Amino acid sequence: MSTPSPLHAVHEALGAAFTDFAGWSMPLRYGSELAEHKAVRTASGLFDLSHMGEIELTGPEAARALDYALVGKLSAVKPGKARYTMICDAAGGVLDDLVVYRLADDKFMVVANASNAPAVAAALRERAEKFDVEVTDRSADLALIAVQGPTSTAIIGSVTGADLDALKYYASVPAAIAGIDILLARTGYTGEDGFEVYVDGDRAAEVWRVLTEAGKDHGLLPAGLACRDTLRLEAGMPLYGNELTADFTPFDAGLGRVVKFDKPDGFVGEAALRRRRDADVETKVLVGLVGQGRRAPRHGYAVLASDGTEVGTVTSGALSPTLGHPIAMAYVPVAVSEPGTALTVDIRGTGTPVEVVKLPFYQRPA
Amino acid sequence: MSNPENLGYTAEHEWVDTADLTAATVGVTKYAADSLGDVVYVQLPEVGAQVTAGESCGEIESTKSVSDLFAPADGVVVEINEAVVDTPELVNTDPFGDGWLFRLRVESEPELLDAAAYAEHTKEG
Repeated sequence: MSTPSPLHAVHEALGAAFTDFAGWSMPLRYGSELAEHKAVRTASGLFDLSHMGEIELTGPEAARALDYALVGKLSAVKPGKARYTMICDAAGGVLDDLVVYRLADDKFMVVANASNAPAVAAALRERAEKFDVEVTDRSADLALIAVQGPTSTAIIGSVTGADLDALKYYASVPAAIAGIDILLARTGYTGEDGFEVYVDGDRAAEVWRVLTEAGKDHGLLPAGLACRDTLRLEAGMPLYGNELTADFTPFDAGLGRVVKFDKPDGFVGEAALRRRRDADVETKVLVGLVGQGRRAPRHGYAVLASDGTEVGTVTSGALSPTLGHPIAMAYVPVAVSEPGTALTVDIRGTGTPVEVVKLPFYQRPA
Repeated sequence: MSNPENLGYTAEHEWVDTADLTAATVGVTKYAADSLGDVVYVQLPEVGAQVTAGESCGEIESTKSVSDLFAPADGVVVEINEAVVDTPELVNTDPFGDGWLFRLRVESEPELLDAAAYAEHTKEG
């Protein structure tokens, strides 16, 4: 049996189609996922992301513990700010990509992907053992609701007293919606401006209702995980299990910038990641591919060079709802990774021409 | 959702209008369309193609997935729905009507479920 979200009854009443995702039963779509995708690009979408894992670290050495446990330098993050980072194994393989919020000098919240949350919690506990810090997995009792899209500022502004001009991207602030305490964060996974609301699961339905009401005049649509995937793909954002796995280091995914070596106490995976950084071996890199027509390269399809030899693998792909043509991400050798390079994807037996492009595929209008 | 009584159905969620077996209309059911999500690409067999019951004769691609289209009976394709190629979302908006896929000259008696048996099948599924 998969775990229902605290908002399950709300989704049922909205007629959602559900999907099993990492042991959770979550809304896949409410109506048309293309309409939901478009709503996020042009108005706003309301997402239930309660399947995400939240792990709190509290104590005087919380920052030191995270500096050791993760590849980022979390001690450099100021209270109220957040950082995109990763947790790696000793070989430098990515165990998960994370957003870490610093809530106070001695308190952090680590947000992990649902599929990895138990492993991340276990790794954090083990790695934090030698530090004065308490690790608490709050995944089961915290709900996460996201409002994403160009009208999200108006919606969130109307229901919270928070000063949204002061709340920059990758920042968070304690706030309230209808008298319910929340953590309000300006983060997301759609390529749009947006907010994420962390709230106790037993108050989540009230917050959802208030946001729905506030969104009525702002084109807000409930939006499922189907459109979340096409939105993040257009924005060139990696998905764990597709672009990121334990077989690859952050450098392989083109995200070596998240690895910080200037940490006095070292960190798990440091030696392996130093070797990878300094290696002159040509490994594969993550690139964007665009095609023509309507048939999209999909996860696992082979990428071929002009002479027909297999050079890489598609990690994610779809017909882009916003752009109208197929887009995909793939790992290919550096030699064929320059934008403009012509490659071929084997789409179920048919060689289909694609061109390498710079990521992201879509950037919101400034 | 109700499945029209006059149609026959396959376990793979195609429907067949058997009123005229020289040009039996084939489509996918509303259940299939709803499960697929928004259909963005339909690849149909060519007119004149020989198809075999239970074997793949095309593809239906939604935002999230690719599904084979299975021939519901042995036969020869006599017409395809050009409108659904140009406007794949017809499969979602009108699966039993304008979203039909192709017409088949049926060459062997197809084994189909009636509407009630198909409804039972999707309940189990």
